[in-house]
Amino acid sequence: MLRHLVKEKKESNPRTPEDISVKKALWQDVLARFLKNKSGIVGFSIVVIMILLIIFAPVITRFDYDAQSFPDRLLYPSALHPFGTDNFGRDLFTRMLYGGRISFMIAFIATLISAAIGTVFGSVAGYFGGVIDMIISRFLDILMAIPSLLLAIAISAALGSGPINTALALSIGGIAISARIIRATVMAIKTNEYIEAAKATGSRNLRIIRKHILPNTFAPLLVNATMSIGGSIMGIAGLSFIGLGVKPPTPEWGSILNVGREFIRDFWPMTVFPALFIMLTIFGFNLFGDALRDALDPRLKD
Amino acid sequence: MLYIIKRLIMVIPIMIGVVIIVFTLTYFAPGDPVSVALGEGYTQEEYDAQAEFMGLDKTYIEQLASYLMHLITKLDLGKSYFSNIPIESELMSRFPVSAMLGLFGIVLTVLIGIPLGIFSAIKQYTVLDYGLTALALVMAAIPGFVLAILCIVLFGVRLRWLPIMGLETPRHWILPIATSAFPGIAAMMRMTRTTMLEVIRQDYITTARSKGLKENAIIVKHALKNCLIPLVTIIGGSMAMVLAGSIISENIFSIRGIGTYMYGGISSRDYPVVMAGVLVMAFVVCVVNLLVDILYAFVDPRIKTIYGIRKNKRKKPAVMPGAESEVV
Repeated sequence: MLRHLVKEKKESNPRTPEDISVKKALWQDVLARFLKNKSGIVGFSIVVIMILLIIFAPVITRFDYDAQSFPDRLLYPSALHPFGTDNFGRDLFTRMLYGGRISFMIAFIATLISAAIGTVFGSVAGYFGGVIDMIISRFLDILMAIPSLLLAIAISAALGSGPINTALALSIGGIAISARIIRATVMAIKTNEYIEAAKATGSRNLRIIRKHILPNTFAPLLVNATMSIGGSIMGIAGLSFIGLGVKPPTPEWGSILNVGREFIRDFWPMTVFPALFIMLTIFGFNLFGDALRDALDPRLKD
Repeated sequence: MLYIIKRLIMVIPIMIGVVIIVFTLTYFAPGDPVSVALGEGYTQEEYDAQAEFMGLDKTYIEQLASYLMHLITKLDLGKSYFSNIPIESELMSRFPVSAMLGLFGIVLTVLIGIPLGIFSAIKQYTVLDYGLTALALVMAAIPGFVLAILCIVLFGVRLRWLPIMGLETPRHWILPIATSAFPGIAAMMRMTRTTMLEVIRQDYITTARSKGLKENAIIVKHALKNCLIPLVTIIGGSMAMVLAGSIISENIFSIRGIGTYMYGGISSRDYPVVMAGVLVMAFVVCVVNLLVDILYAFVDPRIKTIYGIRKNKRKKPAVMPGAESEVV
């Protein structure tokens, strides 16, 4: 269905009114399928609520995430501090919200970097094939041979901690995955008649890739990106947990969880709440990604 | 045989590539290992001597070449900046514990993940299926280390059922193994379910049904074996997950394995240790993938025909009727 519509869209003249209506129908179709998926809506809602919470953090909570107050240290949840306070008397709820900002920002940047570089590698390999494809594919094989978390740990250990370095460390493992997806999609699209037609009319390779091929790789790329944001958030938490990634005093879920380990024997809020936020966010992105995949390409559904 | 040899040869450039990547990363890492090794207060002569001793006065290419040569000819992974014990002997002494944990983790993943996935698939659209699918979704959202911490809070601190540090008694092994297997179980369940659903829609299953076979016989004799073959390939992936997770989980449970060693290397910026750990883990993943591929070739007649693997004359297995029709 989708493939059929995409094809129809591509074969018609790009500026006719029918084309616009087909395009509209395509996205309406996707939206309709997405709205039918209850778990997708749950996932989408979790993601949206999380994003709203972290954007409006200064409005939602009246505490400063860095304001220490020694008498108020390690308080259990109360009306004033809904999640309690940490070992420096800082409001945990506030630190959760601001911690989410860092995690989401790093995860988005990492996903963007890996999608961008992966698209370049994947489309070049898939479009040109031959020796170029072989070289790129072997390089991706090498990247895939290192478990992604391990690669992130190695890069992070070499580059040092900090948001930008963490984003870089996480993105490199993702390059191989997105490049593989793009490569496979490009190879499938390449055989279509409209590519041949574009070649026959004298379009250059770069133009064909940009105008005729890449727009069709958008759907799988979007699905992969959504799924990988959840994985990146897991990675950031893991790196910060072992002292790489984002370091205290910057609030981050993984590093709060790590500090909470010291108080694990008699103070549970500092471990349980960051754990909940990490899990809920990953859960939301996973559900959202699954539903997006099913809506964009119904043939993939079980 | 040809296939196995081809596959073996493919491992070599990949491993060399991994060495180059990891070496390059650590080479350009900030920090000066020479001054770290010397500590406070040293003269320029001492510094130069130490740099020469550590081989750090040479160019990038020379260093990389000598690292590779030492690794290939002597299995020498270099020396830690802080201790005089060679890294490879330290790794060897810690390897058994990590390997045991990893192995048990994988076994648990397979033993729980595959049956649950199969139940989910053959009971599609029932409450059981929905429940198991939801369970897998929730499990997939829980990182191993988060689960480990939560389990320590619940079973170790609150209920006091299980010990949370070290590996002295069998009871000590429960939490580390369970928490490291957990994320893999979710992935395995989902994969099994998808594969099984694909398999039971194949024509040969319809044929089996129309022959009047009982549903149980169809599932066990026809569907199960075809479903297990593709699943073999994701064991390599699960192994990678468990290994990488071990850096965090061994540290949480204070286990003296490779993971803790690497964790120590990371926190003290002891790059040779980190590098060696990454290489060993990548190597294990490569070897597991290799074994999986070879195993796969032996059980899947399609690959056998492509690469001309000949087995001893044996009765043709009746379990792959669908596969044979797909051979080009």
